[in-house]
Amino acid sequence: MTENFEKAIREICSGNADDRTRMIDIVREVQQLFGQISGSAMDIIADAVNSHRVEVESVVSFYSFLSEKPKGKFVIRLCNDVIDKMQGVGKVAKAFQEELGINFGESTPDGKFTLEWTPCIGMCDQAPAALVNDKMMTRLSSDSAREIVKSLKENEDEYRLIHMLGDGNNANPLVNSMVSNNIREKGPVIFAKFEAGKAIHKALSMSPVEVIRDIKTARLRGRGGAGFPTGMKWEFTRGAEGDNKVVICNADEGEPGTFKDRTILTEKPDLMFEGMAIAGYAIGAKTGVLYLRGEYAYLRPFLENVLADRRNKKLLGISILGKTGFDFDIRIQMGAGAYICGEETALISSCEGLRGDPKNRPPFPAQKGYLTLPTSVNNVETFCCVAQILDKGAGWFAEMGSTGSTGTKLLSISGDCTRPGVYELPFGTTVAEMLVKAGAEDAYAVQMGGPSGQLIGEADFHRKICYDDVATGGAVMVFNNDRNPLEIAHEFMEFFCEESCGYCTPCRVGNELLKERLQVIINGKGTPDDLDYLEQLGKTISVASRCGLGQTSANPVLTSLKNFRGDYEKLVKENKDGMQRTFDIHKALATGEDLQGRKSVIYAE
Amino acid sequence: MSEKIKFTIDGVEIEATAGQTIMQAADEAGIYIPRLCAHKDLLPFGSCRVCTVMVNDRPQAACTQPVSPGMNVESETEELRQIRVNLVEMLFVEGNHYCPFCEKSGNCELQALGYRLGMLAPKYPYMFNKHDIDASHPDIYIDHNRCILCARCIRSSKELDGKNVFQFVGRGIHKRVAFNSDTDLAATDVSVTDKAIENCPVGAILKKRTAYAVPIGKRKYDSQPIGSDIEALRAEVK
Repeated sequence: MTENFEKAIREICSGNADDRTRMIDIVREVQQLFGQISGSAMDIIADAVNSHRVEVESVVSFYSFLSEKPKGKFVIRLCNDVIDKMQGVGKVAKAFQEELGINFGESTPDGKFTLEWTPCIGMCDQAPAALVNDKMMTRLSSDSAREIVKSLKENEDEYRLIHMLGDGNNANPLVNSMVSNNIREKGPVIFAKFEAGKAIHKALSMSPVEVIRDIKTARLRGRGGAGFPTGMKWEFTRGAEGDNKVVICNADEGEPGTFKDRTILTEKPDLMFEGMAIAGYAIGAKTGVLYLRGEYAYLRPFLENVLADRRNKKLLGISILGKTGFDFDIRIQMGAGAYICGEETALISSCEGLRGDPKNRPPFPAQKGYLTLPTSVNNVETFCCVAQILDKGAGWFAEMGSTGSTGTKLLSISGDCTRPGVYELPFGTTVAEMLVKAGAEDAYAVQMGGPSGQLIGEADFHRKICYDDVATGGAVMVFNNDRNPLEIAHEFMEFFCEESCGYCTPCRVGNELLKERLQVIINGKGTPDDLDYLEQLGKTISVASRCGLGQTSANPVLTSLKNFRGDYEKLVKENKDGMQRTFDIHKALATGEDLQGRKSVIYAE
Repeated sequence: MSEKIKFTIDGVEIEATAGQTIMQAADEAGIYIPRLCAHKDLLPFGSCRVCTVMVNDRPQAACTQPVSPGMNVESETEELRQIRVNLVEMLFVEGNHYCPFCEKSGNCELQALGYRLGMLAPKYPYMFNKHDIDASHPDIYIDHNRCILCARCIRSSKELDGKNVFQFVGRGIHKRVAFNSDTDLAATDVSVTDKAIENCPVGAILKKRTAYAVPIGKRKYDSQPIGSDIEALRAEVK
């Protein structure tokens, strides 16, 4: 047994060339095989890849899909983001608990089941949703939750849970999922017709510098949210020292409310991969990596097949389309449950087999990125734009949208609306126009750009969706009059606290403090001073944090405070007796009273 | 040999060498920028954020940001002092820091920085999180209650001791320093003479039986504020 255990782990390591930079793959495989990465497994891995046990432990403890303690054969991860809560995940949760006889965070005594909460899994348009191992379960009810447990107990096979297939490629045997695309509006860029190979063919008839010039002429900006000019990023990467360069596609969309890349990965992977190959040609890279979020593992076999197909068609590999000297291939790197890995330097850390800690900048990835090689990290949607720009022309692209924001933007809309789903809209569309399309005319508050964006109210609905006005990575959550902006903000603070890597003080500690004081106010114990406290604390977090996550993590509080101040003011009250309202003398005395075995006489109830 | 670069900190012109960080250049010029995770013998890390300065109006960590010609650095502004106080207070409420009976009192950089920045009682509520202690090693005592996650032990062990005794595990508020062993510190190859032990800025890593070798009142920061040694250089530079 022990011998076999060691042999199996060493085989996994050697299957990954005993390469410690492939640590995420190694520990994922060990997790899958044994349901845990035990201390003894860590010792064996450390020995095999010439690392240290504590380094392996450091990685394992970072990612939520990895675990030192044993997990059940079936891990049920129920999504608890704000949209799922609005759609009744509470009842689903109760059904799972009752059927399994365990609480969240626990495993059944027979080792069959583990029940966990998980942040957004990219299914807000079909919430409540859960993952059963790699399988995506959508539109759950308490009944379907009971069915799932019953089926797993009877058949012990998560594949048999899929009895209704989704539309489009979701029904492809390699995807085999019940996920619906929910593509509500197709635009001229992402969801337009595209013939694989056409754009790369055109690109190869130009010089790499000309390709970059085209991207610049199209004024393409990154679709992940930050909006950095893509052509400039490529130019920096191309110009950096070193012959070996890297293109990474960031498919780690984890911002609560985001699911746009899911539809591209399902329906337009050729377009995305073609954009990556064009990037490879333009910057002079041989290596491409698709960083796929762990939650989308159900798409991996399908995507691997698309890659294989492209290799057969000479659209990937050695001498692409017969062009001598242009060698480029793509591998898929799976994530393992960590929102921070969507931050480009954290993503690079993760690709290198490390904790998903962001890196210090400078050096920027364009100078020193993946394994110190010059690296360009771009969003899934950005690569799709690239391929279409090459195919249809920079002028065609630049004519769409507005001056500073050309082209279209994919939005994933969910929440209190009748038509949740993915919309491809030209930049410059107003928030109000978008809300009409989504069937959300009675919106009270709209979260633009996910929790790291801003919560806006009616006064801002006339504004335009573009980089220079209401910027967004694409997550839009709609809330009607029944929702409380403070509670929404609190949900998002929970999320950031959960997902902070903990590297820097303001993000690690500050967000916990913001969440705490927000809860005090929600509980009706806040004073007017607390609003100033939130602002000052939020500002410190924004200014002093090390990466984009921390710099935007106070936004749920700061933007709701700005745009829904009335909702805060309703809850805070002047403190007339001068006693600290947050201080509960009975609670403070409880431990002492327990130890002494008697109650305080002075502070009797 | 190396290119000289001129820039200003709070209006004072400074000459630096290309490749230096703002903090290194400031130290040489006798200008103290508050810091906790930074250490002169270690590579820049940038985790405590106490050295946050404004560079051409953008916040940057002075310990990791390289100098560039003509940059305008602001450090001693009221806004930045407040941010630094807030950060130090965050560290005080995250851990359990009992200055009055901590062996490190007077030699502790966190305590000294609190004094220097004019911190009174933290305005933030104490978290009172539970943290482990490890007294397994015959010569070393570890109290995670006083750890500020600066990674000096982790970095010193790797960079200076040629070992790999410490590393972070967990994330967010659950992040902590772990040891390279399946049990405790005693099972690692750590030694009391390691730089990793010496470079702890707070009372999280202590050498046993040395606590009061120097009495309270005669310790490093008892008579002069933290940063005075750097500022003393300023007189010479001038």
